[in-house]
Amino acid sequence: MKRITALLEALGSSLLLAGKAFVSLPAAPRILKRVSEQGYLVGYTTLPIVAILCFFIGAVLALQAGITLRDFGAKQLIGTLVGESMARELGPVMVAILLAGRVGSAVTAELASMKVSGEIDALVTMNIPPARLLVLPRLLAVLLVMPLLTMMGNIIGWFGGAIVSSQVKMIGVPTEMYFQNLKQYLSVGDVMDGLIKAEIFGFVIMLIACTTGLRTRGGPREIGFAVTKSVVFSLIAILTLDYFITKALS
Amino acid sequence: MSTPSPFTPSAPRGNRIQKPRRPVVVRDDRNAVRVDVEKLSKSYGSQQVLVDVSVDVKPGEIFTIMGPSGSGKSVLLRHIAGLESPTSGTVKINGHDPILPETRDRFAVALVFQSGALFNSQSVYDNLALYPLEHRLCPKPEIRDRVMRALKILSIENAAHKFPSELSGGMKKRVAIARALVMEPQLILYDEPTSELDPLMSATIAEIIATLKEEISVTTVVVSHDRALSLTISDRVALVHQGRLRAVEKPDDLKNSSDPVVRAFLNPEIDIRNPRFKQLETVNHD
Repeated sequence: MKRITALLEALGSSLLLAGKAFVSLPAAPRILKRVSEQGYLVGYTTLPIVAILCFFIGAVLALQAGITLRDFGAKQLIGTLVGESMARELGPVMVAILLAGRVGSAVTAELASMKVSGEIDALVTMNIPPARLLVLPRLLAVLLVMPLLTMMGNIIGWFGGAIVSSQVKMIGVPTEMYFQNLKQYLSVGDVMDGLIKAEIFGFVIMLIACTTGLRTRGGPREIGFAVTKSVVFSLIAILTLDYFITKALS
Repeated sequence: MSTPSPFTPSAPRGNRIQKPRRPVVVRDDRNAVRVDVEKLSKSYGSQQVLVDVSVDVKPGEIFTIMGPSGSGKSVLLRHIAGLESPTSGTVKINGHDPILPETRDRFAVALVFQSGALFNSQSVYDNLALYPLEHRLCPKPEIRDRVMRALKILSIENAAHKFPSELSGGMKKRVAIARALVMEPQLILYDEPTSELDPLMSATIAEIIATLKEEISVTTVVVSHDRALSLTISDRVALVHQGRLRAVEKPDDLKNSSDPVVRAFLNPEIDIRNPRFKQLETVNHD
């Protein structure tokens, strides 16, 4: 019962924080610098890891599926399989998992440390709402950057699949055929569905990270707990939401 | 024309906000404020930290709260700053609840934290400029002047572009006070302003607190263990013991108090032959 109460309390705090942040939306032009700083953190610094991960996911997908499709005499469809899988599912989910592990944990640690050291109290006494100064820029940044990051991940994954399809002799699908097949069956709607998922995942991850960080009490030990909690909650949220969003979009 | 004192606010109170760009902060009273604490009690779970504490701090007064560690004096200060809500009782700043954002808009209340609570990701300059920038109190060149003036008062102009991690403990304290000064506060709260400082720096901080009171119209509440600071610069001193208010006196009266708790706190004797912790052990064993 206590755990359910705590979960509901955390959920309520998250919604309240999001509400407080978006109430400050008219102040957005004043926080553009902060939004761009956070955009840099969320996007630019995460891109190399996203690129490596998505490249190999595309490659492994092509390798695994290519051999099976070859046995069924349908290896020319590998472009569709990799393209659809990356765009609708693996791209947004993998980028979200990376975001939770890399950016979500960093944001929680930063805000928790600010809370523990009294910096958040200092903001409150100055009548500067932490939701406006610290949360809104992060939420706006993630909303702006997440679709771009996911799209980059998708493209890199498609190329990973293309390289494996053409270079691995067991599969042997030429790059032109791979992309022709990918273009033929992959629609703009498929890509958009993936980007909607990514947008929701990014928003939820950042909200969990900010709420967990700002709710931290105690000392350095609690900062560590907060980071773990934030990443675990984010991963659970990504996979749970993934099912429901997929169902809603299909 | 005489040179203005470095402590003088950037403009006389009342005309302080010049050509505001949609000002966020609009003060309705530009003088030092009055603080009224009425039967304040605070509990965390089963632990009662403050019990029926009532004090009134007059406008322009330096009011010091002393007491042993864990007696609840910092909690009392956090209530005055509006960072805690009372379990029972009330705290008012000129009749307004300090926990409400509207009260913070109405009166400039600055809190100098024990740790400084500086924003580690920002330079000293940005730490100081944050408040006027966020509240759009004045144009940027004026903010710069205000920040540099505050740094000059505390003799830390050279630290403007340093980050808090590059500063010593004493410097951090001075930056925290400078940040409070930039707010041009009507009420300034200090939480252990001289802790972890050498005697010379403690004396400097005490002088700054006293001078500020003389130069600008500000009410000051100090929480401190520092006997020298408390009894030298304060108009009145309160002693909190085990969450209760034990005495509120002028420094000279407090020094001559007949209350054994007050006397023991102000004049602790070091008895090597019969140390206090040994006495406590005996009591626990019994």
